Amino acid sequence: MKIRSQIGMVLNLDKCIGCHTCSITCKNVWTTREGMEYAWFNNVESKPGIGFPKEWENQDKWNGGWKRKADGSIQLRIGGKFRVLANIFANPDLPQIDDYYEPFDFDYQHLHTAPISEHQPVARPRSLITGKRMEKIEWGPNWEEILGTEFAKRSKDKNFDNMQKEMYGEFENTFMMYLPRLCEHCLNPACVASCPSGAIYKREEDGIVLIDQDKCRGWRMCVSACPYKKIYYNWKSGKSEKCIFCYPRIEAGMPTVCSETCVGRIRYLGVLLYDADRIKEVAETPSETDLYEKQLEIFLDPNDPAIIAQARKDGIPDSVMESARQSPVYKMAVDWKVALPLHPEYRTLPMVWYVPPLSPIQSAAESGKMGMDGVIPDVDSLRIPVKYLANLLTAGDEKPVALALKRMLAMRSYKRSQQIEGIEDLAVLEQVGLTKKQVESMYRYMAIANYEDRFVIPSAHREDAMVEAYDERGGCGFSFGNGCSTGSSDLNMFGGKKANRRDIIDTVQVWE
Amino acid sequence: MSYLNMLLFGIYPFIAIAVFVLASWIRFDREQYTWKSGSSQLLRNNLRLHSNLFHIGIIFVLMGHFVGLLTPHAIYHNFISTENKQMLAMVSGGLFGTICLIGLVGLLKRRMTDPRIRATSSTSDILVLWVLLIQLVLGLLTIFASTQHLDGSVMVLLGTWAQSIVTFQIVEAATAMETVGIIYKLHVFFGLTLLVIFPFTRLVHIISVPVWYLGRNFQIVRQKNHS
Repeated sequence: MKIRSQIGMVLNLDKCIGCHTCSITCKNVWTTREGMEYAWFNNVESKPGIGFPKEWENQDKWNGGWKRKADGSIQLRIGGKFRVLANIFANPDLPQIDDYYEPFDFDYQHLHTAPISEHQPVARPRSLITGKRMEKIEWGPNWEEILGTEFAKRSKDKNFDNMQKEMYGEFENTFMMYLPRLCEHCLNPACVASCPSGAIYKREEDGIVLIDQDKCRGWRMCVSACPYKKIYYNWKSGKSEKCIFCYPRIEAGMPTVCSETCVGRIRYLGVLLYDADRIKEVAETPSETDLYEKQLEIFLDPNDPAIIAQARKDGIPDSVMESARQSPVYKMAVDWKVALPLHPEYRTLPMVWYVPPLSPIQSAAESGKMGMDGVIPDVDSLRIPVKYLANLLTAGDEKPVALALKRMLAMRSYKRSQQIEGIEDLAVLEQVGLTKKQVESMYRYMAIANYEDRFVIPSAHREDAMVEAYDERGGCGFSFGNGCSTGSSDLNMFGGKKANRRDIIDTVQVWE
Repeated sequence: MSYLNMLLFGIYPFIAIAVFVLASWIRFDREQYTWKSGSSQLLRNNLRLHSNLFHIGIIFVLMGHFVGLLTPHAIYHNFISTENKQMLAMVSGGLFGTICLIGLVGLLKRRMTDPRIRATSSTSDILVLWVLLIQLVLGLLTIFASTQHLDGSVMVLLGTWAQSIVTFQIVEAATAMETVGIIYKLHVFFGLTLLVIFPFTRLVHIISVPVWYLGRNFQIVRQKNHS
């Protein structure tokens, strides 16, 4: 056994209001640079829909993630190592930027400078790639917002597999939910495995997956290999970039920007301990529907004395262990089993998990009586089909999704009878296999969701990573390229450009 | 011997090699963030045919040059006569040179005419393609020139030049180049010039050909430095 720790994330979709604050704050901090305008480390999709980039979940099209071979071992879906190298001159599985969208800006200055005319002046769009006029914007980062576009197009959503999807195109039966997405910081990342340069790596101490910007050569295999399409090729720098899980903040014990700014308080960050020796075995699980259960097995109980002893031997600091015992992510994923992984069938063992959303009771409105399962409504009467959620979160297995939904319904029912009627309804808890203590804890974490409970992040032990702290004094902060010496000259004989210099469309400020 | 001949084929090679090595070293050490292949596939995904043709062609052409120029005459005579070696060079060079040319013309047309690619190209991206085109056309023209002398005498002279350069015999090198045709001289000059511009362009990605990928583990985990 080799114990490693990771900062995992859980998103409570039941509370997501789709406000995109996470996406916007993330973009403002990390991806406003030229070359990265089209990239969203975090984006929020309206489901059902084909998502961003188009049809990212359709691996028959994009070949992301891993597949299990006949001999039981796993291989990248884009191919074995020889095939990866053979495709290095022209990657057959690479999206074109239009599959994301052509980034654009508007001629706002025209609003200031337009002459007096009969009609109001408008700011027309301009491409951020060519700088030229765009007559029509064809697609954007959130084109399907709140069920935009017709059902025929949206229903190409891969999560409709094995469902009679036609009925969900009817107005009375339609349903929707939000899905905020970011890099999953997988235990078995396909991007790392696909990088010919070996530039992508997972950090041992917190599991954050990063691209070494110096080592990246722009072979762009990672873009194809990542089934979540969360690696973006920066066309200006020629390097791939991805969500960095705000590691400078995580190291300081602060939540990521997307989590910090979430107005719905849906995001949770906490430590998960896992057995690194079992990653391969779990990723090779024969049945796709077993992958969720098998991934749960890889997580270790931070209260177990044997685990504590082994963790100390493997060099995990006590502060991390203490955080692991308080981890909201462990409670939701392992303890209560209300959080589930996103598309475990990709075999990357993702580490950003989701609490499935409850939805209005569908049949009640129609028939006047709803299906009941004891005192709680039957999950099959919820408007969002359980099968759809199962295709999204558990490779199609409905049981874990139904259990999670029932437990949330039971929590509501229990707290309602406790607080309104003053009755302690233990029967409803028994029905879903929860104890009173667990449900009170669930209520505290999921309904109250205090800041301190949502984010339990041990600050990094920086002292471990340096020989002599005194030598680091006066060093430079975050900078691109050549250490501290970038600022002095705009001319680079090797063609390096400042990341914040815009070549295509200059930003001009006119004082009037 | 003319001074210009001495300068271009006796001394310039060493200047070119020095710039190639030192500037590449400095760029790798100090500016590795700029070290990249510079792919534009994301912006316009229509280069599959031409990029593959270009790369396959140029890899074989380059390998042919290394083997053909640097194998000592005494060694290859054990396997092949001078005349046959020249014929082999003309046929294989002609084949892969043409494959490379088809790809290069396609890529150049894409870079010059596609509005997205043109707008995001740096001067060096465009320059590299044009220099390569000139060099490739010169190289293909030498095949026609070579049909005038199928005895392999010019090829031997060029081999002597290359082998003299790598063994630091400047006078021998310049002498060998003295009598060859202008096409050959231009081809060698542009070849050396490619070495000079190499460290300052996207060509550096050639050095980073990721062969060691085949031997590494799939997963990479970085530990903090506990030393």
